[in-house]
Amino acid sequence: MSALPMPVAISPAELQRLSRRIRYKLIEMSHRSGAPHLGSAMSCTDILVAAYFGGVVQIDPKQPQDPERDRFILSKGHAASALYVTLAERGFFPREWLETFATHGSPLAEQPAPNCAPGVELATGSLGHGLPVGVGAALAARIHQRDYRVFVVMSDGECNEGSVWEAAMFAPACRLDRLCVVVDYNKWQATGRSNDVMSLAPLVKKWEAFGWSATEVDGHDVAGLAAKMSRVPDGTGQPVAIIAHTVKGKGVSFMEDDNNWHYRIPKAAEVAAARKELGVE
Amino acid sequence: MRNAFAQQITALGKQDPRVVLLSGDIGNRLFDEFKATCPGRFYNCGVAEANMIGVAAGLAMNGLRPVCYTIAPFVTYRCMEQIRVDVCYHDVPVTIVGTGAGLAYASLGATHHSCEEMGMLRLLPGMSVLAPADEWEVRAAVKAALRHPHPVYIRLGKKGEPVVHTAEPEFRIGRAIPMRSGDAVCLLAAGTVLPMSILAADILGQRNVSTAVYSVHSIKPLDTELMAAVFARFKLVATVEEHSVLGGLGGAVAEWAGELPSPRPRHLRFGTGDEFLHETCEQEEARAHFGLTAVAIADRISRSLAS
Repeated sequence: MSALPMPVAISPAELQRLSRRIRYKLIEMSHRSGAPHLGSAMSCTDILVAAYFGGVVQIDPKQPQDPERDRFILSKGHAASALYVTLAERGFFPREWLETFATHGSPLAEQPAPNCAPGVELATGSLGHGLPVGVGAALAARIHQRDYRVFVVMSDGECNEGSVWEAAMFAPACRLDRLCVVVDYNKWQATGRSNDVMSLAPLVKKWEAFGWSATEVDGHDVAGLAAKMSRVPDGTGQPVAIIAHTVKGKGVSFMEDDNNWHYRIPKAAEVAAARKELGVE
Repeated sequence: MRNAFAQQITALGKQDPRVVLLSGDIGNRLFDEFKATCPGRFYNCGVAEANMIGVAAGLAMNGLRPVCYTIAPFVTYRCMEQIRVDVCYHDVPVTIVGTGAGLAYASLGATHHSCEEMGMLRLLPGMSVLAPADEWEVRAAVKAALRHPHPVYIRLGKKGEPVVHTAEPEFRIGRAIPMRSGDAVCLLAAGTVLPMSILAADILGQRNVSTAVYSVHSIKPLDTELMAAVFARFKLVATVEEHSVLGGLGGAVAEWAGELPSPRPRHLRFGTGDEFLHETCEQEEARAHFGLTAVAIADRISRSLAS
């Protein structure tokens, strides 16, 4: 399919097909480059599709530096491949760039560098940075009297970081109601169940208690995600937290909820099996 | 120094609508005029320095000129990785101001001492590290930092430091200020130790040791032009700072001089040691503990010249 102009509104069936195609591309890229974190990338794919193809993020791929654009920060930098594929699909840069992913000299490193490619707002990879920087971007909008919104996608493991909760306390104090956090809550972090490693639950109540307008959603229901994200600001005067229940490795039966795919690289036979399951031609 | 900082940042804030002041829950009343004259551009970020630095980076990425202000150890050590990743890796113009640096808060204990932060920040690519010597240099350093399109760290004392200059000196990042001329010994002083360095030069002068003094307010970038001249001319060079002899001005000069051909002048480093200060004491006593007095500096230099 060709790059879509803004704003984007396509049918739920098409969104699902797009998600499947993106997931297959991620598997192929991981196989070819040997880059890990496939489960994490597949877990947040639908959130990215909702943001960029569900009519949420108001941004023109041809003007990625427009001061009025919505800011979208993928704070979980280890899932950068999912951001790259989504941005390429949306027309921010040529799809051919994806073929260079994680190879020497590519603009697309395993985790993004500053200004590495159009549409990539922040160099990430160290967790707990996206939200404070996003708060700064939202504060800048207030100071400049601009109307843009800021979306920050974080992982549940990322919520271990103290800087996340520093920012979580600060944003409501500033009444940054054009700021939205989406937590990709796949219940795993690198080496264990996220609720065994740290006392993460109840996440919705935690964000509420910190002063956010918090809700939860099926993180693989693209239309549902897009509807909630489009509602920012939601009229409460508070920043918005969307806890998206997801499945790590979503979309491929032998990867789903299997944390080995945090690091494992798919073999050729697995790529072929995944392709079949995802129904990609 | 902190009053000079508050006055200068207020003046700059009035001129430039991009200036945003972030404080880590400090400076009660210090910024009242800034708040009154620059509405919507002062934020108390609370006792949450990691977030404060990230917020500053986000502001700078979107065209503003944020200044982060709190006690030196908390705005540096505490949030080192945010400074490294959010500010330096993205090379955004964030100015970080650490107040009460060195041993200024000696009596509050080693949690509040800041004798390693220049060394830590100096390691970060793209970061400038400034140690102004008095309130005039503070004003000039703040202006220079806000003109500079890259990250800057400024360390301040607290208040009531002796004033060395009679007016605002010409101040350029990376260019030291000559204070005294001489031809045998050269003292390179970083920050609030400048008055004691000038005094040490006077003592050495009484002993017929002609001693030059420079205010080396830029620890990074180092004034390498001056270093080349100094190391070509003097028989002894001494660095003086209220900072560890590891990693600060002494470290920077030693690194630079290490590549010079032999023979080269002796380099003595005056500063704090590789230790935490456990004594209960005021700043002057803490300085004396580390040999940071005019007499101790002059005596060690005299001994060195005699050996």
